[in-house]
Amino acid sequence: MADPILETRGLSKSFGALKASDDISMTLKPGEIHALIGPNGAGKSTLIQQISGALQPDAGTIALMGQDVTGHSMQARAKAGLARTFQISNLVMKDTVLQNVMLGALGASGRVWRFFSPILSNQSLLDVAEHALERVGLHDHRDRRTDELSHGQRRQLEVAIALTLKPKAFVMDEPMAGLGADGSKRLTGFLDTLRNEAPILLVEHDMDAVFALADRISVLVYGRIIATGSVYDIRANPDVRAAYLGDEA
Amino acid sequence: MMSERYLNAGVLIALLIVPIWAHLADAPYTITLATRVAILALAAVGLNIALGLGGLVSLGHAVFFGIGGYAMGVLAHHAQTYTALDLGIFTVDGTKSMPIIWLVAVGTSAVAAVIIGALSLRTSGVYFIMITLAFGQMFYYFAISWSTYGGEDGLSIYLRNDFPGLNTLIPIQFFAICFAVLSLVLLLQAGVSRSAFGLALNAARQAPTRVEAVGLNPKRLQFVAFILSATITGLAGALFADLNRFVSPSMFSWQFSGEIMVFVILGGVGRLCGPVVGAAVFVLLEHVLGGLTEFWHIYLGLILLIIVQFARGGIVGLLATDRGQHG
Repeated sequence: MADPILETRGLSKSFGALKASDDISMTLKPGEIHALIGPNGAGKSTLIQQISGALQPDAGTIALMGQDVTGHSMQARAKAGLARTFQISNLVMKDTVLQNVMLGALGASGRVWRFFSPILSNQSLLDVAEHALERVGLHDHRDRRTDELSHGQRRQLEVAIALTLKPKAFVMDEPMAGLGADGSKRLTGFLDTLRNEAPILLVEHDMDAVFALADRISVLVYGRIIATGSVYDIRANPDVRAAYLGDEA
Repeated sequence: MMSERYLNAGVLIALLIVPIWAHLADAPYTITLATRVAILALAAVGLNIALGLGGLVSLGHAVFFGIGGYAMGVLAHHAQTYTALDLGIFTVDGTKSMPIIWLVAVGTSAVAAVIIGALSLRTSGVYFIMITLAFGQMFYYFAISWSTYGGEDGLSIYLRNDFPGLNTLIPIQFFAICFAVLSLVLLLQAGVSRSAFGLALNAARQAPTRVEAVGLNPKRLQFVAFILSATITGLAGALFADLNRFVSPSMFSWQFSGEIMVFVILGGVGRLCGPVVGAAVFVLLEHVLGGLTEFWHIYLGLILLIIVQFARGGIVGLLATDRGQHG
């Protein structure tokens, strides 16, 4: 079996008496989409924040490509190849769409200490940025200001920025949220091919998307992973049905 | 309403035409006013890089203005008294050469900005404002107690410093120097804001976590912006001291830090020529209303209130058709 790209071991995080993450060990293997599901307040976002480096765990370790990155900043993890999309769009709202993806391309190139040559005439960065926009279907909107975009388009832009980083692993926090049926369907198709470039840790509420995409699903309830398995296993798991899926499954 | 580019050109042309007219009409005081506008604008252009581009609300930029002023004062003082400046390990002669004074002003401002920036940027928000203010006060009281260079009374420099090929005592020639420096700095700023650094800095101000998520360090970007910003305000300080042929601790005062912030807000935060417009309006009001009443600041306050309430893009934002980064 291939070594995992991303691995957490015994991750724990408490806020006062609340155990938001309770001894979480999970892996993300090459080529897979590993979906993380669970009811609201189960600790999905807390886990994502620890993995991306926005929060420090109280205990446990996080490894990226076998390297311990537990103490690393979000910035260092991004450099090491972890691309994150945010649950609430985190974009440079008063910049254009193109400038936002250029920022990603610039971050990946690391050549930020250039004070005079205009960045929008840097052809190699421009190519990376425009290619990413084309792939998510935003190229026609490249010159619009980001705050003029619809909610769904902002979600697409989040994904486009992640693409420019050419990451080793994606961590996506509810990329389908608010997309509508059509948008979800299109993004589902896109993520399906994206897994071949880098595995995706996917937090998602849209069960149709999760069941269509996930190679493995982990179910988080009260900060604990109560089950990990294939779509079939999870659908059949009585604990999961009781805790989360209810009649929906 | 017009595009910001034309507006900027118009502002600079106006700032150039007025003193030329005054020169032909033999009105030297008007030239001095225009020179004052150019220099104060330059100081505010410096602050605008930290504040407008970097999002750093520094209430201590008078530190760099004062450092630039004292760089000029100290060097010119030693030159005019024919005494050597003892730097501990070695001594140097004073100088009356503007380009050398500018280099020293820029260099010392940069060193101060590295220290102040490294400490202040550990904080943000109100704490950043307070720390920069505290540094300003430290420098202010240091200057007051620095008796070698006049203490509270400051330093008088008898003759304006020299610039190769020009007679700086002729008002229009000194204006030309200040205007050229201002234009050059604005040109550089326009270039920087379109560069890779400019893009990243702009993002660091608006969405710092986004910048981290692409693997860049927003604080480091802001730190470099702070240093750039300080060197420009420092350069303005050296010119200001030369305009008045006088340096005093008041250049370090927190009131001055506030004043240049008023220029930036009045003209338009983050707008290239915002500080120029702001400084021009300020000097005009000071000149026109100051002649009528001692309490002219009341009217300035009123105008500022209206701008902040109804025109967040400042005067430039009000007149330009382009949407700014802060509007």
